[in-house]
Amino acid sequence: MKIYLSMDSAAKALGSEEVAVALSAALEARGETVEVIRVGSRGMVWLEPLLEIDRGQGREAWGPVAPEDVAGILAGEVESLGLTEEIPFFARQTRLTFARCGVIDPLSLPDYEAHGGLAGLRRAATMTGEAIIDEMKTSGLRGRGGAGFPTGIKWDTVRMAHADQKYIVCNADEGDSGTFADRMIMEGDPFCLIEGMAIAGLCTGATKGYVYTRSEYPDAVAVMREAIIRARAAGVLGDDVLGSGRAFDMEVRVGAGAYVCGEETSLLNSLEGKRGVVRAKPPLPALEGFLGKPTVVNNVISLATVPVIFEKGAQHFADFGLGRSRGTIPVQIAGNVKHGGLFETAFGMSLGDLVEDIGGGTASGRPVKAVQIGGPLGAYFGRDKFDTPFGYEEFDGQGGLIGHAGVVVFDDSADMLGMARFAMEFCAVESCGKCTPCRIGAVRGVETLDRIKQGDGAAVELLTDLCETMKDGSLCALGGFTPYPVMSALESFPEEFGLTKEAAE
Amino acid sequence: MNPQPRAPQALPEVGEEEIRPLIDRNLHLEGPLLPMLHDIQAAFGHIPETAVPMLAAALNLGRAEVHGVISFYHDFRKAPAGRHVLKICRAEACQSMGGEAMAERLLAQLGLDWHGTSADGRVTVEPVYCLGLCACAPAVMLDDTLMGRASEARLMAAVEGAEG
Ligand SMILES: Cc1cc2nc3c(=O)[nH]c(=O)nc-3n(C[C@H](O)[C@H](O)[C@H](O)COP(=O)(O)O)c2cc1C
Ligand code: SF4
Ligand code: FES
Repeated sequence: MKIYLSMDSAAKALGSEEVAVALSAALEARGETVEVIRVGSRGMVWLEPLLEIDRGQGREAWGPVAPEDVAGILAGEVESLGLTEEIPFFARQTRLTFARCGVIDPLSLPDYEAHGGLAGLRRAATMTGEAIIDEMKTSGLRGRGGAGFPTGIKWDTVRMAHADQKYIVCNADEGDSGTFADRMIMEGDPFCLIEGMAIAGLCTGATKGYVYTRSEYPDAVAVMREAIIRARAAGVLGDDVLGSGRAFDMEVRVGAGAYVCGEETSLLNSLEGKRGVVRAKPPLPALEGFLGKPTVVNNVISLATVPVIFEKGAQHFADFGLGRSRGTIPVQIAGNVKHGGLFETAFGMSLGDLVEDIGGGTASGRPVKAVQIGGPLGAYFGRDKFDTPFGYEEFDGQGGLIGHAGVVVFDDSADMLGMARFAMEFCAVESCGKCTPCRIGAVRGVETLDRIKQGDGAAVELLTDLCETMKDGSLCALGGFTPYPVMSALESFPEEFGLTKEAAE
Repeated sequence: MNPQPRAPQALPEVGEEEIRPLIDRNLHLEGPLLPMLHDIQAAFGHIPETAVPMLAAALNLGRAEVHGVISFYHDFRKAPAGRHVLKICRAEACQSMGGEAMAERLLAQLGLDWHGTSADGRVTVEPVYCLGLCACAPAVMLDDTLMGRASEARLMAAVEGAEG
């Protein structure tokens, strides 16, 4: 018999540590010595803390578990949810990137290897940089941080650059509300990110990597740091990566509470120890990045998806998806939703299915009013856009973006003018200050929305103009995309801004 | 709890000899300033003014530049916070679950505004924009402990139960 208990931050926030204490007490009382394995999260956050018991017939699940439930569960008096992998939310997923997350002990390299880990790196180590690029291009993988740029092309630019030093920088700044996929992988399967970064290093000739993450993620920092130490001890990192004769090593750096540092050039400045101000492009980071050297900057999920591409083959990955959105995407269903969590699926499922069917509708039981997709710079979609299939181009076509694939659900009590105001306020708080339309425009935006709230209908036109100015005159997407949530709220819910539906169109 | 904001206090004195090793142990890094600032803040709860000229000298920067970096980031403090720091998420997913109303009621009970510290120096309340707990909102962090599906009552109990 084996017992598994999640130790993901979300599980901890819902009481997993109290369950762990109750579990050891109950086992002792029963005089049993059973191995309790602490794992990452399966992603079914509404069931956390999730406890699994394997009595030789697969892992059965109980959740959410309270400390007082434990004795009964061990005594066989509490009915389980059945096998974890047969719970519909889980069974309906295609888990490629997250295949091991919640399954294995995150810090056991032998477990990692037993579940397919390192096979991709071993294969990549026998390939030329060029062949690795071909494989990446075949996979169709596009950046999961927001912009959706083809990862293989970015790597090729760095590979072709001549320099005495190149870098792989993992963007683990995950600041978007509604997202936690990066955190889950770092806490639940850190070797997967290490392996992906090592493959990027072998491909491009970069010998040093950095994971830049947020100070709000102390557990992820601790797990990543320990995993790096273990990977180094096992020769996965270091002067001779898995005996390939090539070097790659990495470390974790922690940000200091600035949303804009998720923007790649701001991130590089921050990593260098400067103010996190956005840099003008060109030069591209791929040519002049960290300390002026050629640098790959990729999101955690982009990099953590690389190992499975090399393990199972690029074509296997590319066979999933829709249009130019290939492979799978870990959709994070959050906010006012009954079944919140991480749902990895091939691109193409409709937004409505994700929210109503997979997510089960709202937690409050009231009707869904709107969802915001892609974080604080993403648009609000009303139910009229629920047919939109999950894909980069498909969302773009509806005036939205998928960003880092966070979906935040709101019920009918949501105040959309208030949400538009918040978008402007957030932009004002987090602006790096480099351009006027963002720095000043966002403050004006808050004031203008306050006027609209007080019934000043003329201010709506002002707001529209202001959004145009921010879109056109901002250097990065913080100022440039804040108009998305604002204008989409206005266009989908004009009556909340004192307009009739026709006037808004 | 006393609703008066805390009276300004003299900043604790921190000597150069206490700061020096925190600078030295990071000197070998590429881009060492943030790691140094994090270590200093972890040790003293804020970035003492004494540290600024030392950092400037160690990294060959102007003092204004070092100040500029410290002030850019929300995390770094010029003065220590209360003995406990309560960070309440104000981002969208938490708002969708009533996080703002919860935060307002809690602040009212404590007699504080955002960034305020209680008169007895026990707790500072700060906004945070997403803790990655958006599927179990509203979320807060009290010192190092995370709480999901937070309610005002549980939060108040946690704040009152925190030692010191
Ligand atoms: C304001 C702002 C915040 C961003 N935050 C993040 C972030 O937290 N994580 C991330 O991976 N990308 C973020 N991005 C996108 C990055 O600039 C960049 O496109 C990404 O790291 C590239 O990696 P990818 O190609 O793997 O997606 C942000 C962009 C902007 C404008
Ligand atoms: S848009 Fe805003 S955050 Fe982006 S560079 Fe300009 S001022 Fe900085
Ligand atoms: S929005 Fe509050 S934890 Fe993410």
